[in-house]
Amino acid sequence: MEGNKLNLTLKVWKQANKDAKGRFETYELKDISTDASFLEMLDILNDDLERKNEEPVAFEHDCREGICGCCSLYINGRAHGPLAGITVCQLHMRNFKNGETIWIEPWRAKPFSIVKDLIVDRSAFDRILQAGGFVSINTGGTPDANLIPIPKEKADLAMDAAACIGCGACVAACKNASAMLFVSAKVSQLALLPQGQAEKQQRVLAMVSQMDKEGFGSCTNTGACEAECPKKISISNIARMNREYFSASIKSN
Amino acid sequence: MKLESKIPAGELKDKWTNHKFNMKLVNPANKRKYNVLVVGTGLAGASAAASLAELGYNVSVFCYQDSARRAHSIAAQGGINASKNYQNDGDSDYRLFYDTIKGGDYRAREANVYRLAEVSGNIIDQCVAQGVPFAREYGGLLANRSFGGAQVSRTFYARGQTGQQLLLGAYSALNRQIGLGKVKTYYRREMLELVIVDGHARGIIVRNLVTGELEKYSGDAVLLATGGYSNVFYLSTNAMNSNATAIWRAHRKGALFGNPCYTQIHPTCIPVHGDYQSKLTLMSESLRNDGRIWVPNKVGDNRAPNDIPENERDYFLERKYPSFGNLVPRDVASRNAKEQCDAGKGVGDTKMAVYLDFAEAIGRLGQKAIEDKYGNLFDMYQTITGENPYKVPMRIFPAPHYTMGGLWVDYNLMTTIPGLFALGEANFSDHGANRLGASALMQGLADGYFVIPYTLGDYLATNKLAKVTTEHPEFAKEEKSVNELVGKLLAIKGKRTVDDFHKVLGRIMWNNVGMSRNEEGLKKAIKEIAELRAEFWKDVNVVGSAQDLNQTLERAGRVADYLELGELMAKDALSRNESCGGHFRAEYQTEENEAKRDDENYTFVSAWEYKNPGEWEFHKEDLDFEFVHPTQRSYK
Ligand SMILES: Cc1cc2nc3c(=O)[nH]c(=O)nc-3n(C[C@H](O)[C@H](O)[C@H](O)COP(=O)(O)OP(=O)(O)OC[C@H]3O[C@@H](n4cnc5c(N)ncnc54)[C@H](O)[C@@H]3O)c2cc1C
Ligand code: FES
Repeated sequence: MEGNKLNLTLKVWKQANKDAKGRFETYELKDISTDASFLEMLDILNDDLERKNEEPVAFEHDCREGICGCCSLYINGRAHGPLAGITVCQLHMRNFKNGETIWIEPWRAKPFSIVKDLIVDRSAFDRILQAGGFVSINTGGTPDANLIPIPKEKADLAMDAAACIGCGACVAACKNASAMLFVSAKVSQLALLPQGQAEKQQRVLAMVSQMDKEGFGSCTNTGACEAECPKKISISNIARMNREYFSASIKSN
Repeated sequence: MKLESKIPAGELKDKWTNHKFNMKLVNPANKRKYNVLVVGTGLAGASAAASLAELGYNVSVFCYQDSARRAHSIAAQGGINASKNYQNDGDSDYRLFYDTIKGGDYRAREANVYRLAEVSGNIIDQCVAQGVPFAREYGGLLANRSFGGAQVSRTFYARGQTGQQLLLGAYSALNRQIGLGKVKTYYRREMLELVIVDGHARGIIVRNLVTGELEKYSGDAVLLATGGYSNVFYLSTNAMNSNATAIWRAHRKGALFGNPCYTQIHPTCIPVHGDYQSKLTLMSESLRNDGRIWVPNKVGDNRAPNDIPENERDYFLERKYPSFGNLVPRDVASRNAKEQCDAGKGVGDTKMAVYLDFAEAIGRLGQKAIEDKYGNLFDMYQTITGENPYKVPMRIFPAPHYTMGGLWVDYNLMTTIPGLFALGEANFSDHGANRLGASALMQGLADGYFVIPYTLGDYLATNKLAKVTTEHPEFAKEEKSVNELVGKLLAIKGKRTVDDFHKVLGRIMWNNVGMSRNEEGLKKAIKEIAELRAEFWKDVNVVGSAQDLNQTLERAGRVADYLELGELMAKDALSRNESCGGHFRAEYQTEENEAKRDDENYTFVSAWEYKNPGEWEFHKEDLDFEFVHPTQRSYK
């Protein structure tokens, strides 16, 4: 099914490396099929550039089906582009108009420095999870999986939180660059499940402390994170994490 | 070269237990003296790295993504098999073993497959203990679904995101060890060479993908868990950057490649829509639990699907395979879809698609129930195609998905290079000529959590190796050779882009080394690939520099390797004069167009030794069937 064709102007952020000065570069693209995905549109741009011996635009991507969390573009002022509930790699050109100018930027947040062009460093997320986003068990010696029944509603809620892909859109969308949605999703998943109970207090304290160390901002409840989350992670996880945090702080005092 | 599979003697069900007892152990206090390099952080790599670190080894992990969590395993949708028999429907280790051996068309080792079934239950226990939120019934116990090639319900799942949840579980175990200082991470690194010292794998050369610098790492063993090579077809369901480079460079260094031609073409993917297309999206096999596959009876019937009455539809899988119906194994489903399209009954604009229809299931169970089970897959379909699958049937077509072939390994997962191990999809081991759905996740985690922790210890305890550091001259030598290769790619400055070559290669592979193969096509492919390779080294244009983040350069190296691997796949397919599982040679089929094996002459694993580009020496490992008797696979 060949869709309609679009002519587009792209304004793309180019930045050689972390310390270099960045700028918007303008590119014109012709005859882009509305059936192409957004990243396929960038492939076409890069192929053109390579043919002209120019350096292509660096952007992060891998699975191209909305699950690995690699893709991370800020399009016309919105994380992952104009549609809610999807990643950039799932966005298709049928959502754009002929003649449109599209602004493409990397995630902008202090803890995510720019690596090159549209690629940012999200290793802060890994470090937060290393601080406590796990259940301390070793391989082997675990009891039969059906030994602990878990009510379906609980398991479903845990799964809702666990669906986070760690893309960082929540941070990029937040004017404070807060990572609360990301951190609370992991804290909630484990707090909801019996397996997570033993360490629930030190977990939330350690993860929040690491989050602060990484320089993420505080949450002022604007809800921008939830609105832009491609996996629709609920902001109620933040409330749950706050409860966990306060109860853990009181106990640890 | 004599290939020793090292399969332990004894009864099938005792082999692994006896072997575990007979293997040597490394004293707990000595484990911290060993450094293990793990390349790849998918299910196989992450589970291995975490488990080895827990035991006390010093582990370094490498992956090309910016985080271990983004490895391609994250994309697995449908589920993971285990012989728990929670459904009381007659499952057992033996049945899982039997289904897997049969599903693989009797081209896998019995002992490996039995071990896989034997540890499958532990995998589920392990994942649940980590907090993996598997689907549950209202009573709070674990839920199961059915997958192809089985008549029991043994697939555990977490909505349509099973791979994600299992990987996040393994990644959390890995994170814990990173926090404890037992695992060092080297993300955004690509392994470009293996370093061998005195015949043993002792290190790797990687490219730092941010700075472009080459880095050297030494260790006492190297584990490759770098995934499959379906991207040799250019269009596949794999992640864009999935590649064969790590295993290919090891192959060039002497590791034999097992069954390269065994590739799995998955029946239910969203069809191709344009020449700019970059990848194909899988619609999970679980959809075949409720979706019914059909084409119009009449050739060239252009009516909209909902206008075609029941009696003018051919539910060809249900018709031909009444006992398995839509849940026949993948190779059978794919080939049948192709057959219908070849006969002119394909649907959609391109006519290269069949319908996957949920109308009956929605009528029976209600839309809500279907939404609960497959909501995210339906959404995915709709965002890509712009069509609503609750209203019109999905259009699907087969696509390259999984590679059963890979580095040849023995029962201990060791390649033909001592100290070099291959885990997960990167090895050839457990799936024979066709993998059953939900078995790759099982195998990746079996290898990482439950096999390598034992077999690696045995290797280290039996081989007392001298300490080697990156100061050893072999490291400088290999670093230099990688540097030269990179320099060579950048210096060609030809006219064609890397993707251009990759697409041409993909087309050659799909047309001749895809779902159906024949002698003429394979010979043509071998010739064309060799020519394309020569052209690549003359005319590719790799822009940018080596000392920078350069995604074109990354792709160029991978495509260079595919241009050799593709040829080997064709050669392997040409040498196997039979049809088995995913390897279908048009010359060898039954009267009913099913794969016709030749057990007398081909009950073996092909293992290829690299000599020069385009030149290999053939070896084989005979397969013994002591416990099951190979029969013509029947799903009727
Ligand atoms: C869309 C899709 C759905 C699937 N669904 C299912 C399912 O439901 N059930 C099932 O059982 N199987 C499924 N599979 C198959 C299964 O997901 C894979 O076979 C399995 O996850 C592979 O795991 P792995 O650990 O071997 O490798 P991968 O997860 O592919 O990981 C490879 C790792 O190696 C690294 N790497 C690769 N090359 C290099 C290099 N040169 N240098 C450094 N690092 C490198 C990567 O960075 C990555 O970390 C699916 C596959 C696809 C494509
Ligand atoms: S590329 Fe994987 S989520 Fe977009």
